[in-house]
Amino acid sequence: MPGGRPGVDDARPDVMMSPTLDREETIVGPFAGGGLPPDDVVVAALRAGDESMFAALLDTWSRGMLRAARSYVSTDDSAEEVVQDTWLAVIGAIDGFEGRSSVKTWVYRILVNTAKKRGLRESRTLPWSAFEPPAGPAQKEHGPTPEGAVLASEARGLIGEALAGLPPRQRVVITLRDLEGCTSEEVCEILEISAANQRVLLHRARATVRDRLEGYYQSVKRSE
Amino acid sequence: MKRFTCDELVELITAYLDDALDRPEREGFEAHAASCADCGRQLDQFRETIRALGQFPPERKLSDGTRDRLMSAFRARRHRG
Repeated sequence: MPGGRPGVDDARPDVMMSPTLDREETIVGPFAGGGLPPDDVVVAALRAGDESMFAALLDTWSRGMLRAARSYVSTDDSAEEVVQDTWLAVIGAIDGFEGRSSVKTWVYRILVNTAKKRGLRESRTLPWSAFEPPAGPAQKEHGPTPEGAVLASEARGLIGEALAGLPPRQRVVITLRDLEGCTSEEVCEILEISAANQRVLLHRARATVRDRLEGYYQSVKRSE
Repeated sequence: MKRFTCDELVELITAYLDDALDRPEREGFEAHAASCADCGRQLDQFRETIRALGQFPPERKLSDGTRDRLMSAFRARRHRG
């Protein structure tokens, strides 16, 4: 969105010194696109009622949306309802989409606002153990990782626990940045926060996950 | 070149990895990280952590029931249209 995006340009120098966001170092795939055609094609197809285009969006984005929604709500079922309500809102609003952001950023903004509202109604009282790592063949469903390596299941469990224990604002930022591959600008736009704020939340979240993994890395080293 | 304490340096790792430091800060960061084993290790651990997060698979997909409902809602929109 050119010009006037709230929160991105007003980085507070007292929190972090430089608001410049030139280059990204992302290991996961880019957030935008995902093998889909350009936004104008997507929007035109949706407005024309192209079911295969809608199905493609559903199938490409819903997993990531479930994961992001889970930052704010306490159960997987709740996250699924948030994603469902988000898509219903998208269906209702696509004719009014003005293209001031990417379609994906727009969809995620609806998702985050829907999830926040729902999260407020819930009490986040579930224990961390509510997180259960995936079991069985479902793990194989995601494509090959960029490094061609599979994350050890122990590390996966530790990351899952660490993420589940994060405050929602940190969790959604690290989910969008490091799991979904958003740029910092996209995260600022989706969450309507400043670049400096985004970076502080991301740093805290990464530090927590790092602390959780430190013991694991040390134990791997010892056993080598 | 700017000089940082170890505590300051660790707080700047995410800004450094986002290339959000200005030049004197970046040079100071790199000089410190190269000469301080502990901070160099912390930087490596952050990179390791980010790589591991990038490999963390989505736990679940949308249920078939929800997907069917959404496809129906999309079809209904067109017919209403």
